[in-house]
Amino acid sequence: MSTRIVIALIAAFCPLAIHAQEKLTAAEIVDKAQAAFYSPGSDTKARVVMDLINADGKKRTRVLTMLRKNFPGGREQRYFLYFHEPGDVRRTAFLVWKYPEKDDDRWIFIPAVNMTRRIAARDSRSSFVGSDFSYEDISGRDLGADSHTLLREEKLGDFACYVVQSTPKAAAEFSRKLSWIAKTSWLPLKEEYYDAQNQLARVFTADKIEAIGAGEKTYPTAVKRTMKNVQSGHRTEVVFESVSYDVGIPADIFTERSLQQAPEKWMR
Amino acid sequence: MRVASALTVLATLCPGTLGAEEKNRLPVTIHGFLMGNASIRTTGKRPPMGEGGAFLLGEERLRLDVSGATKSGSGFLLFKGDIFHDAVANRVDGDLREAYAGFRRGQFDLRLGRQIVTWGVGDLFFINDVFPKDWESFFSGRPMEYLKRGVDAVRLQYSSGALNVDVVATPFFTGDALPSPKRFFLYNPFAAVAEQREYSPPVRAENTEVGIRLYRRMAAFDFSLHGYRGFWRMPGASIAANDGPRITRFYPRLVTWGASAQRNLLNGVVSFEGGRYNSLDDRGGTAPGLPNSQWRILAAYQRQLARELTATFQGYAEVMEGYDSYRKYLPAGFRPEDRVRGVFSVRLTQFLGYQNWRLSAFVACSPTDKDCFVQPEVSHRLSDRLSAAVGANIFSGKHETTFFGQMAKNDNVYLSIRFDF
Repeated sequence: MSTRIVIALIAAFCPLAIHAQEKLTAAEIVDKAQAAFYSPGSDTKARVVMDLINADGKKRTRVLTMLRKNFPGGREQRYFLYFHEPGDVRRTAFLVWKYPEKDDDRWIFIPAVNMTRRIAARDSRSSFVGSDFSYEDISGRDLGADSHTLLREEKLGDFACYVVQSTPKAAAEFSRKLSWIAKTSWLPLKEEYYDAQNQLARVFTADKIEAIGAGEKTYPTAVKRTMKNVQSGHRTEVVFESVSYDVGIPADIFTERSLQQAPEKWMR
Repeated sequence: MRVASALTVLATLCPGTLGAEEKNRLPVTIHGFLMGNASIRTTGKRPPMGEGGAFLLGEERLRLDVSGATKSGSGFLLFKGDIFHDAVANRVDGDLREAYAGFRRGQFDLRLGRQIVTWGVGDLFFINDVFPKDWESFFSGRPMEYLKRGVDAVRLQYSSGALNVDVVATPFFTGDALPSPKRFFLYNPFAAVAEQREYSPPVRAENTEVGIRLYRRMAAFDFSLHGYRGFWRMPGASIAANDGPRITRFYPRLVTWGASAQRNLLNGVVSFEGGRYNSLDDRGGTAPGLPNSQWRILAAYQRQLARELTATFQGYAEVMEGYDSYRKYLPAGFRPEDRVRGVFSVRLTQFLGYQNWRLSAFVACSPTDKDCFVQPEVSHRLSDRLSAAVGANIFSGKHETTFFGQMAKNDNVYLSIRFDF
């Protein structure tokens, strides 16, 4: 009993001694990775080219502009996605208001009939525009949705990484996920998704990382990334072109008005 | 022509926004598609006045889509037009889908010209969407976008966090395009009357249709209030009997108001919509050839049932006012409508193969009218440019006077192929 009190007193009076180790928990590592991957900067603008490639090498291409703004007070974010290609979805736009603890608000604009509609947001496991990425992969999964375990620390290529296993608390598209998270950039460099039979199903890789400057800050960014379905051989390669951060996108861009007429200034 | 003149108007109205820097530079992109549509009646029956035999539709279309915007986005234009060859009637024609110029200043957007306006939350049930539809197109299997017709209008929108306002003023009336007796079997109680005339509302200041929508988010709902003053989109008939029967068809005056609301709930999206149709030319319900006033209500629920499988359930009702008068003045020999017309619908949409395959089915049945409509469809994206769809429109009904029932001999299968450029 008295030993515990002594330890507690040491802990209380010598916080430095304890923090010097910087021993992060697995959840803290994933939290930092999510912040680096999904919400760097106060806002971002990018032109995104997605190549959907099947096992035979047949390629389909989606080109879109993505705007994202973080809202203060937690992890609320808003996304505006506008499709340039292919022709049958040209001018289609999505608006997503993402909340940390409840279902997103999602709207789609269908240009052929000039119609704005809400869409059911529970389909987070559905494919994002036919790619190997799910909606969840695009906008992030709640930290608390999984149990995280730090398995080991190892090098992936030149980068020192934490290897974290995340196991969903409720039914999800994967039964477990292994993430290699870089210690310096905090970006996930590789993720392996296992299916219900514990077979490797999908592999994510950050293929090219650039430090994108914004004023005095720089944000490490995975400007090329791939998600491969190792069971079907289908893969999606995503290139972020002309990424910029902290560009001051006004909050009112993330409204129905932009769905009906895309904000030209932010589309270029 | 209209785009050019609208652009001139735009440039005159806002010389400041199209400043020297931008004046010489209106970047324009040109796209479009080639499309073939065909639809064949499968009932083996041919309407007496029919053209094209079993074919309800056979056409080749060229779409041109021209759009542009100034660098700042303060000025923009859109042109969407089709040239098509109607193989059934063997004629070439044009269809100006949309052609407008717009400008944006501060919180205001103004658009001038032909544009498609879609309001309301229903899936194929329209309450506050009082804008014209092309039902012939829809029931003969053209892609869904052709269900909506453009209106030649001035549209002013104001956007803010507190309140959004959308006003559409239309001086030139456009009615619904209804299935033609040249291609469809239809219920027409006046078919035998030789003398029939139809009038559209003349272009006059007082005939300008005005629609208004006020909307904002309220308690997690997307909430809208709607109002409209104009005309029914389907003609009513007045019957005169001097020197033999004579039918005059015209578009009766209409005022509507209503509301809609949509939000995430119960792991899906719930929608509600209601509206009152005030039929000004038949307030008492005493004119049998004109629609009575009515209420329309809709409740809908959409959710994902499984991965890539989404379902939408809808319940819809029209409630006629002045029903007793309607019954009293309805001429003998006509089957009366019910006071309430209720319809339930289910839509299932399943994506497969990286969304290159889309299977969908829409089923609508009315327990009051005792009729049904089913539209199954399979569409496939062969590449980023080439896609094809095969589907069917299947009707059934106990009576040939109801909305779907009258179409029972028009069951058809359709095919659509589209190449984008």
